[in-house]
Amino acid sequence: MLVLNAASYAADGTPDATRLANLVRQDCGACHGLTLRGGLGKPLTVDHLRQWDREQMVHIILEGVPGTPMPGWRPLLTETEARWIADRLKQGTLP
Amino acid sequence: MMMTLRALAFCAVALTAPLAAADEPRGTGALGIVIERTAGSVLIVDTVNRAVTGRVTGLGDLSHASAVFSPDGRYAYVFGRDGGLTKVDLLAGAIAKRTIQAGNAIGGAISDDGTLVAVSNYEPGGVRVFDAATLAPLADIAAIGANGKTSKTVGLVDLPGRRFAYALYDADEIWIADFSGGDAPKITKLTGIGRLPYDGNVTPDGRHYLVGLFGEDGVVHVDLWKQPLQARRILDNYGRGEERLPVYKMPHFEGWASAGDVMLIPAVGRHELIAVDRRSFREVGRIATSGQPIFAVARPDGRHAWVNFATPHNNMIDVVDTTTLSVVHRFAAGPAVLHMEFTPRGHEVWVSVRDANRVQVYDTSSFARKAELEAQHPSGIFFTARAGRIGQ
Repeated sequence: MLVLNAASYAADGTPDATRLANLVRQDCGACHGLTLRGGLGKPLTVDHLRQWDREQMVHIILEGVPGTPMPGWRPLLTETEARWIADRLKQGTLP
Repeated sequence: MMMTLRALAFCAVALTAPLAAADEPRGTGALGIVIERTAGSVLIVDTVNRAVTGRVTGLGDLSHASAVFSPDGRYAYVFGRDGGLTKVDLLAGAIAKRTIQAGNAIGGAISDDGTLVAVSNYEPGGVRVFDAATLAPLADIAAIGANGKTSKTVGLVDLPGRRFAYALYDADEIWIADFSGGDAPKITKLTGIGRLPYDGNVTPDGRHYLVGLFGEDGVVHVDLWKQPLQARRILDNYGRGEERLPVYKMPHFEGWASAGDVMLIPAVGRHELIAVDRRSFREVGRIATSGQPIFAVARPDGRHAWVNFATPHNNMIDVVDTTTLSVVHRFAAGPAVLHMEFTPRGHEVWVSVRDANRVQVYDTSSFARKAELEAQHPSGIFFTARAGRIGQ
């Protein structure tokens, strides 16, 4: 079961890749599509995300986008986790 | 000898579970499908025997997939996220027809006469309509609002009289497409209904179309029995200026609880359902729930509604008594409860538990778990009883 309000890390302090990848595909995927090619939300493809740099993406993930359905995930994700997600999405290397 | 042969035949059926013994005609009233969202497959299930009778593969991206049924309950039309429209033969356990009709779709509906299948699209937007028998394209309705924007469409349902209703997410409009005169629809447009309509549904009698707004605290109501059609705001400012919680999953109006004297509508960004009087459309109460409601599904008799939730409370189910507007049972069903579907008369409910790779079946009187069925990341569950219902 996902325990989303508790940050989970591997023993060496790196974010839990399995849990985060599942969260991105399943929960972000609810709006952005399971394959992340978009739905009610914008595509999360490398091409589409090029217009934002890493820190802008971390900000969007944690704070959301006012006036749109994109919520801030700060209650559920740490900054380290948001950075991990932003990097994987920008590089197209989500496991 | 006769008995022995019959017994043997029964064993063979039970072991191989064919969908239709070639020599034995059968009905489809106990059948349904379960979407396996990541595998791109559907399970064909039997609600009387609580069993999986087959798996049909090759349906594409089924995240957020939904289905409607032909009037005879033989075929399921499955709407995939990737624009795939697949006609599945429940008796043969096979794909009968399939087409990729758009780039990105969200759901569909079938006309009351069973001849038209309409699909609601995100990319390229609009609604496309197909011949239910052949899946040949019949109409392509672009959704360009008064604001000039090409819009995603949401909340697509069938209405009596070979009509469909839907909302334009990017243009704040509701459109009614009337095919009663043939395959070229007459469109009625209701504009300026409120910001970001995100889903809609029609009451089981086909009279009231309701659309939820994401951009404002409110719901839009259209009385389809009154001409000219008008979009009227109800539940205006239901948040009363409070800050809403972040919304981690959009609520759904599909399967909403229209039960007894009330309808139960999910309050966007709140841990509550709003109870609305079915005649006056005024709020008559609120029900505090375990999380932000996604589905509030009425048991067919209307006495109870079963409610599931957005992450991080998506392990929970609340059962609401629609006469007292209180939660009478609350339990953790498992990781990521995505959908609930009642048996035709509501004695049992099937629950998809995505991250447990399981469908769980509950008795709706005792709440006891009656069965578990294996399924790969199950999401939507759809039974053929929908074939006889308006708006489903």
